[in-house]
Amino acid sequence: MTVYLPIAELSVNILIILGMGAAVGFLSGMFGVGGGFLITPLLIFYNIPPVVAVATGANQVVASSISGAITHFRRGTIDIKLGTVLLCGGLAGATVGIWIFAMLRRIGQLDLVISLAYVLLLGTVGSLMLWESIIALRRAAKNESVTLKRPGQHNWVHRLPLKMRFKKSKIYLSVIPIAGLGFCIGVLTSVMGVGGGFIMVPAMIYLLRIPTNVVVGTSLFQIIFVSAYTVIVQATANYTVDIVLAFVLMIAGVIGAQYGVRVGQRLRGEQLRALLALLVLAVGIRLAIELVIPPKEIYSVVSAGLGF
Amino acid sequence: MGIVWRILILGLFLAAPVVAGAEPVDFTEKLDIGISTDEISITSDFRGADLTIFGAIDGFDSRLLAQGKYNIVVALEGPKENTTVRKKERVFGIWINTNSMTFELVPESYSLSSTRDIETIAPPGDMNNMGIGVAHMPLTPIGYIGDGSNLTEFRDAFRRLRETTGVYQRDPGGVQFISSSLFKASVRLPADVPNGVHIVRAYLFRDGVFVAAKALPLRVVKTGLEQAITRAAHEQPFLYGLTAVLLAVITGWLASIVFRRD
Repeated sequence: MTVYLPIAELSVNILIILGMGAAVGFLSGMFGVGGGFLITPLLIFYNIPPVVAVATGANQVVASSISGAITHFRRGTIDIKLGTVLLCGGLAGATVGIWIFAMLRRIGQLDLVISLAYVLLLGTVGSLMLWESIIALRRAAKNESVTLKRPGQHNWVHRLPLKMRFKKSKIYLSVIPIAGLGFCIGVLTSVMGVGGGFIMVPAMIYLLRIPTNVVVGTSLFQIIFVSAYTVIVQATANYTVDIVLAFVLMIAGVIGAQYGVRVGQRLRGEQLRALLALLVLAVGIRLAIELVIPPKEIYSVVSAGLGF
Repeated sequence: MGIVWRILILGLFLAAPVVAGAEPVDFTEKLDIGISTDEISITSDFRGADLTIFGAIDGFDSRLLAQGKYNIVVALEGPKENTTVRKKERVFGIWINTNSMTFELVPESYSLSSTRDIETIAPPGDMNNMGIGVAHMPLTPIGYIGDGSNLTEFRDAFRRLRETTGVYQRDPGGVQFISSSLFKASVRLPADVPNGVHIVRAYLFRDGVFVAAKALPLRVVKTGLEQAITRAAHEQPFLYGLTAVLLAVITGWLASIVFRRD
């Protein structure tokens, strides 16, 4: 059963797209991540032009972050003030990112930069997570108590000016590193189509020392707005959001996520993190191989319409 | 599903063999073509279509016609766009687009049909001048191309890629005479046919010499939901983006209600 994607301008098997959406939804429910970093490479593997994959991936991130954020909002685990500072940085970053995206597309290096960025990001994050979870697993095997690094010690971040008090998070912190983090994630959102939760959450915990209970909700809060903004700007500037593809992905995604959450609750934290690390590394390695092996065709043709 | 193209033959026979004013004086031949429609709708299940074009030669020399000295070439040219060819090279172990060349206004699709191989119809020089056939199509580079030494390489790559992806096709033998002076030509619209105005061009050759040509426009339009979406994305991009976000918000919100556990 095929469906024609009007913006990607190609026919795809709807069952494969549903399967991808469900699988990524399942994993995102299981690990509590947005899934943008999985959906975009998967779409590229399935020959969706990277420009469309990135913009449509951001649209899927909006849907998957909303349901998570609503749950956190009900529990009161979102620091709106902190989220707003992050968001200001995020919107600026996304704007710069869109500009970088359009420029790379014009000079024909967009595919390369998207792939390289994914390889670097997934490789680094995957390795760090795997290392951390293996240590945790070995400790658990020896029945030692798992001690996370205590947030609370001060580092260089806490010596910066422009401090502001965030009541909900119970912290007193400069807005510079917060907006800066938001900015970096914003650039990643528009260039790579990821929400960026899997970088933001560790950065908020370890770098900014923000209490763990508000971290996930607050990052989801800002991801919704930054990725929604990215979708609108991508649609306006590059015409690359495929609404049909996005809709199929998000329907399958939200259903898959529900089953993922149930499976995730039966696994222990460090086991989950090790599995997620392996998955992240696998996607990174697959993209790296693609860059290194000689391509079947070294030429490519692009007309002034939709570029690849 | 094939599309049936109905025959529409103009009052070709009725026209007396008169000398056409615009044609060179020594050529009495006149060429006429007709297609059943000037618009083709692309639906979501479109997998390409064969288009039949009918035509007639008028004012011909019966002796030459009997000897098979008349040859016809019919081309369906897609809308023209500036097109860039990029080449990858290995840099520090990874494959990167390094060189590129942009050609000015080349057709997005091209389907050629002829009475026989066009290389045997007229000398290559003539075909180059008229730009008939993939090998003779003008490929003019835009911008700085250095000493031009890689021009051939990029042109060849362009032609090869367009032919392997099926958007450029040729069928030597696709034009058949159905009576002494009536012919039919079949050209193919590929599945990923571009939107816009295509042009059917027919050329008549007498014993290797070009004598007459005729062109007809053919509009290709996407229909239904696909068309509405494409139009919205390009004409109202801000509202389109807003709709995409709204769709995501509603989907996510509904999911949180339907699957609420707490």
